[in-house]
Amino acid sequence: MQSHTVPYLKQLESESIHIMREVVAEFKNPVMLYSVGKDSSVMVRLAQKAFHPGRFPFPLMHVDTGYKFDEMYGFRDEFVKSIGARLIVHRNEEWIAKNTHPLSTGIDKCCSYLKTQALLEGIRSNGFDAAFGGARRDEEKSRAKERIFSLRDAFGQWDPKNQRPELWNLYNTRINEDQTVRVFPLSNWTEQDVWQYIKLENIPIVPIYYARTRKVIERNGIIIPLDNVPVAMGTDDENALKDLDIQEMSCRFRSLGCIPCTGAIPSEAKNIDDIIAEVAAARKSERENRVIDLTSDSSMEQKKKEGYF
Amino acid sequence: MEKSLLRLTTSGSVDDGKSTLIGRLLFETKCVYEDQLAAVHKASQKKGLAETDLALLLDGLAAEREQGITIDVAYRYFETPKRKFIIADCPGHEQYTRNMVTGASTAQLALILIDARNGVLTQSKRHGFLVSLLQIPHLVVAVNKMDLMDYREDVYNDIVAEYSAFSEKLDIHDITYIPVSALKGDNVVDKSPNMTWYQGFPLLKYLESVHVAADHNLVDFRFPVQYVIRPHLDFRGYAGRVSSGTVRVGEEIAVLPSGKTSRVRGVTTFDGELDEAFVTQSVVLSLEDEIDISRGDMIVRKNNLPEVGNRVEAIICWMSEEASSESTAYILKHTTKNTKAFISKINYKIDVNTLHREQAGNLTLNEIARVEIRTAQPLFFDAYDSNRATGSFILIDPHTNLTVAGGMIRSASRDLESVTAASLDQHIARKSSTNVTWQSLSTARRKREDRQGHRAAVLWLTGYSGSGKSTIAKALEKRLFDMGCSTMLLDGDNVRHGLCGDLGFSDRDRTENIRRVGEVAKLFFENGALAICTFISPFREDRDFVRGIMEPGRFFEVFVKCDLEVCKRRDPRGLYKKAAAGEIKQFTGIDSPYEEPVHPELTVETDLESADQIVESIIGALREKGILGG
Repeated sequence: MQSHTVPYLKQLESESIHIMREVVAEFKNPVMLYSVGKDSSVMVRLAQKAFHPGRFPFPLMHVDTGYKFDEMYGFRDEFVKSIGARLIVHRNEEWIAKNTHPLSTGIDKCCSYLKTQALLEGIRSNGFDAAFGGARRDEEKSRAKERIFSLRDAFGQWDPKNQRPELWNLYNTRINEDQTVRVFPLSNWTEQDVWQYIKLENIPIVPIYYARTRKVIERNGIIIPLDNVPVAMGTDDENALKDLDIQEMSCRFRSLGCIPCTGAIPSEAKNIDDIIAEVAAARKSERENRVIDLTSDSSMEQKKKEGYF
Repeated sequence: MEKSLLRLTTSGSVDDGKSTLIGRLLFETKCVYEDQLAAVHKASQKKGLAETDLALLLDGLAAEREQGITIDVAYRYFETPKRKFIIADCPGHEQYTRNMVTGASTAQLALILIDARNGVLTQSKRHGFLVSLLQIPHLVVAVNKMDLMDYREDVYNDIVAEYSAFSEKLDIHDITYIPVSALKGDNVVDKSPNMTWYQGFPLLKYLESVHVAADHNLVDFRFPVQYVIRPHLDFRGYAGRVSSGTVRVGEEIAVLPSGKTSRVRGVTTFDGELDEAFVTQSVVLSLEDEIDISRGDMIVRKNNLPEVGNRVEAIICWMSEEASSESTAYILKHTTKNTKAFISKINYKIDVNTLHREQAGNLTLNEIARVEIRTAQPLFFDAYDSNRATGSFILIDPHTNLTVAGGMIRSASRDLESVTAASLDQHIARKSSTNVTWQSLSTARRKREDRQGHRAAVLWLTGYSGSGKSTIAKALEKRLFDMGCSTMLLDGDNVRHGLCGDLGFSDRDRTENIRRVGEVAKLFFENGALAICTFISPFREDRDFVRGIMEPGRFFEVFVKCDLEVCKRRDPRGLYKKAAAGEIKQFTGIDSPYEEPVHPELTVETDLESADQIVESIIGALREKGILGG
């Protein structure tokens, strides 16, 4: 007799596919936020699965700050082309032109202008009513409380105290005028699940997830690579690195963000199996190197209340 | 062996050690990171606590950390080599009943903590009741803080005896009791040396080994269609997630509501074609025959049908600050179907602490009640206790769009059971046989019908203002009256003065207007009359609602069709002119839509035919359907 037990990754997959199809069936104009990271890669694969043998009927949108790693831009363009998806790149050109940078503008403000505002503007100008995001509940404590369908007001703001009950797998997709929804199909996935799935499905990822020797400096306890010095330091001044203790170490990125605010972790992991073993043994969480989460105890909740995804 | 998944829910307050227990499970399975612990240390110090408060680890919102309370469901993840666990961690106080129901809705197992010092409290009973209500297959009662009771077996036994006696009143199939000390770690991961009298598994071992595969319904194949995938002309597939049961390629299936049958041609996935699709899988089914199927339809086995009906008995949990109302047409979401629904009756509400039944006029936040729901379109459902996926629904307030209730279907409403069964028979019969019998005719009406020589029916004339509904209705009534028929004319303007004088023209009020008229028409119908109703009734769902409360075959939707421009030119009461000038808001055809009938019994075109011709064609149709004699 055939077994009807479904392995857990396949259950998570099936749940995510169900969520994506609900969105496409019930919203007018959905979009998938594509950050080029591993979670986005998994999310795109799930979208391909959900609408196979057709194509997924929504565009990808990359909210770009201009501060991403070169490998990310290269990978993004190549990947999107290879799967035949439509990509929208949205940038807050106004604040980029003003040289907004975490070191000069301040971390929270920089995030607010280049990420949150750009995201909201991208959603608004394209008239999207639902945006898929690759956030997971195991990432951060306020995300653990967020619904899969997260209602946002006209300003993209999350109201944690007024969340709609989310029962069974019956998602309330109705919104009032000006409201939008962020949908998190990977809510129930963990970092470990994502890596296991990338391995199982042989999903392409940005090479900077793998360890190699990099020149780095340490800033506030975070290891900042010097792949792109002007962006990392926020200045073209060649003397910016003077007096700094530059080291070389084998390291990799555990989660990807902007160059100035994403720390690397010391690592020798050169392939997926190494990464899976490293994640399983990790004593620190995935976002420990994300400067933006560390500005206060409630920084992520605060950002979400302001419209961050 | 493949790793499996277990979803569990925990509820309780900080005092009974729930946070400590979850904290320990996460910690022992190495699912708490150092930097997360460090953040908790920092927060504890900031609050001036002497020790690190692990509960802070679990509270995600700033308000929760500040006030030291849990407001909402939080989801936690941990895993062992055997299983991945998803915990829906719920606050336990009565004011959070809705959050508990939310967390319980997806759980396969519930974990209730009882403080060994306090014994069985009201809260533990309330949680047990919710476990039973939501039909969570497994319940673990962890008797905690055994260390403070010197690990005494008699203390544990007394609690087990008391809770067992209580749970016999409930519908819980599998209860396991485990004596633990979350703080000291007894029987959490390893077997406790302090309670050698306990023969069972420690908690984590039990969670790893409890058999959950059998909890799914593998018998009744139900496939609500989510989305139609049509990449090219040669492929038409129906995307969905199997709610229950299994289906194999080549098997005969039926599609609801059309009742059409076909065979499964393929089970398509990105990873290749499958021979079989089974419960929880997201797949794409294709069929051998071209059948018109859309979202909200359900594919089932021909010989294993769900119930079909517009009326269901359900238990609902009210989740909104705003009380329930019997006159609001809520949006009911059931499987992949959305339809309008009224809470037509509250049978009783249930006191969650005493389980006593009480009368209620409406429902307020966190109240649980047995109600009767009436829907515009028929639902294809099973009782919740045999099928969670096809027995559950949510109600959405059409004005605020908030989710206001979660519901579990008990059964079809008794008084209409025969009718709904017959209506399905009729759907299926259209394709196959015609041996449909009506058993639910009220005797009084049948006698009246026999005496008067014609059958009762409702003729529903719908169309734009100025399309000629009233003209036709008056002529038709006169003609029927002359034939000796019992008639009643219900006209939009007339009811607006009296019966519906309190209603305006918002979508919600229009819906209520039609609901009332539908009920009145049904009364005249029961009295044997041919009730002629003339209402713009622009919304399909509203008209379907009236159809739903009528007996099949006795409701005639007559689409009075007329070009909108012609209606505007006729403008018998100058309403279009006023609407165009902005004096009347939400006027159908101007700034409010008209949804044309999809399958009306009759379509008449007043810009092409005369009123007399139309009356004759309606009479002809009534003869043909056996409403009027020869």
